[in-house]
Amino acid sequence: MDNLLSTREACGLTLLNMGHKEKDIVVLDADLSGSTQTKKFAEKFPNRFFNVGCAEQNLIGTAAGLAIGGKTAFAGTFAMFLMRGWEQIRNTVAHDNLNVKLLGSHSGLTNSKDGGSHQCLEDIALMSCLPNMSILNPVDAIEAEKIIINEVYRKGPSYIRMNRLSTPAVNTDDYNFEFGKAVEIREGEDLTIIATGTMVSEAVKAAEMLKKENINARVLNIHTIKPIDKNSIIKSAKETGHIITIEEHSIYGGLGSAVAGIIVENYPVPMKIMGVNDRFGESGDYNYLINKFGLNDVEIVKNARELIGDRK
Amino acid sequence: MKDLNCDDIRKLKDKATVIRRHIIKMVYSAGSGHPGGSLSSTDILVVLFFHVMKHNPQKKDREMDRFILSKGHAAPALYATLAESGYFPISKLESLRKNGGYLQGHPDSSVPGVEVSSGSLGQGLSCGNGIALAARLDEKSSRVFVLLGDGECDEGQVWEAAMLSAHFKLDNLVAIVDRNGLQIDGKTEQIMCLEPFSKKWESFGWHVIEIDGNNIEEIIKAFKETECVIGKPTVIIARTFKGKGVSFMEGNLAFHGKAPTDKEMICALEELK
Repeated sequence: MDNLLSTREACGLTLLNMGHKEKDIVVLDADLSGSTQTKKFAEKFPNRFFNVGCAEQNLIGTAAGLAIGGKTAFAGTFAMFLMRGWEQIRNTVAHDNLNVKLLGSHSGLTNSKDGGSHQCLEDIALMSCLPNMSILNPVDAIEAEKIIINEVYRKGPSYIRMNRLSTPAVNTDDYNFEFGKAVEIREGEDLTIIATGTMVSEAVKAAEMLKKENINARVLNIHTIKPIDKNSIIKSAKETGHIITIEEHSIYGGLGSAVAGIIVENYPVPMKIMGVNDRFGESGDYNYLINKFGLNDVEIVKNARELIGDRK
Repeated sequence: MKDLNCDDIRKLKDKATVIRRHIIKMVYSAGSGHPGGSLSSTDILVVLFFHVMKHNPQKKDREMDRFILSKGHAAPALYATLAESGYFPISKLESLRKNGGYLQGHPDSSVPGVEVSSGSLGQGLSCGNGIALAARLDEKSSRVFVLLGDGECDEGQVWEAAMLSAHFKLDNLVAIVDRNGLQIDGKTEQIMCLEPFSKKWESFGWHVIEIDGNNIEEIIKAFKETECVIGKPTVIIARTFKGKGVSFMEGNLAFHGKAPTDKEMICALEELK
């Protein structure tokens, strides 16, 4: 997999490749197959691709029916518009534990120019509270490929969060993906930065900057936000004593909330939750928005200094 | 579908009475539930499960026909039909809506014979479409039957799904609308006008059959006709009476979602013999 691809492009290619191998894979889209990249599968396997038009509720219901009929159904559209079918996801897909894999592309702020209506900062929160639902957020193209392959064979529903833009490569081809396991990207004993998706590379950059200040930051990549790797989080709290979480999502109901719950119940340590602070997005360049909302390496470093303060 | 003689038809009518008695007893025992829309749907369910559908209560089989109760509040009718078909013991019917009970207030896929959980309106036809598409991909001759309520057709998703069924020419799918004319807040035409209802379905690309949905012979005839329709889905608009079979419940909105009292239960069972 070309690691300069966006996670949505990697997903589209992987679905195409897996389509040759597994005849029970079907793919659905709601009139955004070019954007979500499900078009690649559609062109090769027109009989196993269903474009439902701009009708997200029906997208979910039709995918559910295909899953009941024995198929593994990948249903894609913009992350924001998938949420329109939340009630269908809850009452059918999650409730009946169906093999429906939801592909939410253009998540977070990555649909930058389209503005707040098309950006999605609430999806992790909305999916987290659903029983049976797993949430996956690939960090780069290589991880996206491995996640899709894993989801072809893993039974049950999932939400796979993807980006519009290419993300810096974090993994190499020999990377071994393990569902539900945090990946320690970088060792450290003073602080742990727990990040997901696009924010992992910011965390790595921040850790490098902190190193110059003699602060050794551990970095965890959480690709599986649900079920989350409790043990790694508790271990990091015990071993590093400070935690920062960062995600391209609301500070409410996302990775930060999940980590905070685990820390508070098991091993309370000083913690900072970084994310979008209870507001909607807006139009602009992606980098402009990321910086405006304080989702970058510099802000992580500032928070790390504050968190550690005099304790070091 | 085999041809039926008078004796077969009498047996179906008797079965409908048995199921209506179960409905009254279940809802009475639960102290809540939806007798009106269960009684209006009963004759349709009886013809489907005891005449039309290829199905096997003993095991799940992708060769078999499938049924979805999209108007999930008619759960008592579905559960009674499934129990009478042999999907689970009739003794389980009394657990409806009870603490830790086998039967949830709305259809739950943990129960044998329930293909998909329902209760939130407007979602069954989409699922039926998906099942029909899967059957087509697998080159199965099985069919899918989806029973909707008329009030349920206020939901936009029904029409999203209706477009899809026609777009993909799903002639292995049959929708039945229980057109009893009432929804919780009143008459369907006063709450949200559905007419011209048949024309709506026709304009969405469906083959439409209109019948008296409480007449066993007409229901049988309609399902026979669906077998000959090629290249498009069929909808049977079944005009029914809410509360059918119990005089004081017929056409009575009060019994949409209310259990009978002791006296009403006794009277209802007296009538259903």
